[in-house]
Amino acid sequence: MAERPLKVLIAKPGLDGHDRGAKVLARGLRDEGFEVIYTGLRQTPEMIVAAALQEDVDVVGLSILSGAHMTLLPRITAGLRAEGLDDVLVTAGGIIPDDDIPALKAAGVAEIFGPGTTIGEVAEFLRANVHRRDTA
Amino acid sequence: MTDRRAGAAAGAELAQRTRGGDQRALARLLTEVENRTAAGETGLRALYPLAGSAHLVGVTGAPGAGKSTLVAALTTAARAAGRPVAIIAIDPSSPITGGAILGDRVRMQQHAVDRDVFIRSMAARGHAGGLAPTTVGAAAVLDAAGFSLIFIETVGTGQSEVEVAAIADTTVVVQAPEMGDEVQAIKAGLLEVADLVVVNKADRPGAHRAAAQLRAMLTVGAQQDRAALAAGRPRPKRPEVLLTTAATGAGVPELLAALDRRRAAAGAGGAHEPGQSGAGPDPSRLARARVQLDGILSERLRDRLHEPGLAPIVEEAVTAIAAHRLDPYAAADRLLAALAVR
Repeated sequence: MAERPLKVLIAKPGLDGHDRGAKVLARGLRDEGFEVIYTGLRQTPEMIVAAALQEDVDVVGLSILSGAHMTLLPRITAGLRAEGLDDVLVTAGGIIPDDDIPALKAAGVAEIFGPGTTIGEVAEFLRANVHRRDTA
Repeated sequence: MTDRRAGAAAGAELAQRTRGGDQRALARLLTEVENRTAAGETGLRALYPLAGSAHLVGVTGAPGAGKSTLVAALTTAARAAGRPVAIIAIDPSSPITGGAILGDRVRMQQHAVDRDVFIRSMAARGHAGGLAPTTVGAAAVLDAAGFSLIFIETVGTGQSEVEVAAIADTTVVVQAPEMGDEVQAIKAGLLEVADLVVVNKADRPGAHRAAAQLRAMLTVGAQQDRAALAAGRPRPKRPEVLLTTAATGAGVPELLAALDRRRAAAGAGGAHEPGQSGAGPDPSRLARARVQLDGILSERLRDRLHEPGLAPIVEEAVTAIAAHRLDPYAAADRLLAALAVR
């Protein structure tokens, strides 16, 4: 059968109210052929994990500008693992200092996309790194 | 073929775990059904006998009428009574790239961490009519998983995407005020398939007038109905018209009560329990069965025509039709004959 579209959850954890970037990315990934589930602003880690579980997504993309990434992102990756969602690819974007990147990667965030990343680059990374788990 | 066998085994396991209340397995099985895999087919077949007791409520209407907000508010009302709820929310796929933005969860965030509310977004994947091709199958899986109330929210519809009425037990058409005059209300199409018409955003000016106009136009014709009944002609539905403000919840408990009344009435009119004899299954179930059977038959036919032995014959036929050497009816008959001898 034809290749199925990849499913991506785009979520904004925490309290910052700026989702233009997340929406632009969602729209861009749509144009790259992804099915993008957009859940809106002010998501708790628990809400994001529940949405990832129910929607059975291949990728969780987190957009965060508030500076709370060191608290929130590890909580989300831990929550996903606790639900058995180890095979979901987690990426983040927004304003994240370089110094924080190693700790976030250790916590299970596969890649951090800073300002200036193109949508094509994000799409390419997702296609190359998603854990294919098709049955037949 | 071994791939298919492995898929079938995986599907059977997913079905088993879904029955046991494993939401991860349920979510995965829905993906398999959506992707029309062997696992999806096996899982759905295993669960099908367990489904059939949920109330499938279709919610349709124009983009921005407030469908998602209304479904979320109905879910709040149902949860207050302790009822588990599943929601299938469909958004359109890009005809160009196949991608989609599935944004209905944005309006349903209050239920995000409630384990008795299962929300699943579906992309229409090229299917016209307001649904995805596998929406009925997904609803059957959720039904078997124990969700007794299932909302199916269509893509934002225009005037004639009426398919949801064929698969739902009860169809709710949502309108916002100022969306048209009395002539809109007497046009054929979407409003005709409504069991309930909801004028949402009732706090806006003109809402009550819109509801009054809809009532006047949709509920006329009792005499005509009797004549049609006597002559055996089809009779239009006479939907109730309700007002809601989904954003505040006003009117929503009344809408849920109206849905429950319709459900109870349908149950009283025919046999609902599997295996129960009596007046026969209600028309909405027969319509749903027909849609499923038609869909699977055409899917299987398409699959067979793509088999290695037949694909070249199909291509030949397409070329001949394009060149007007063969008419499309003759080509179709030839292909059916080729299928029959195989």
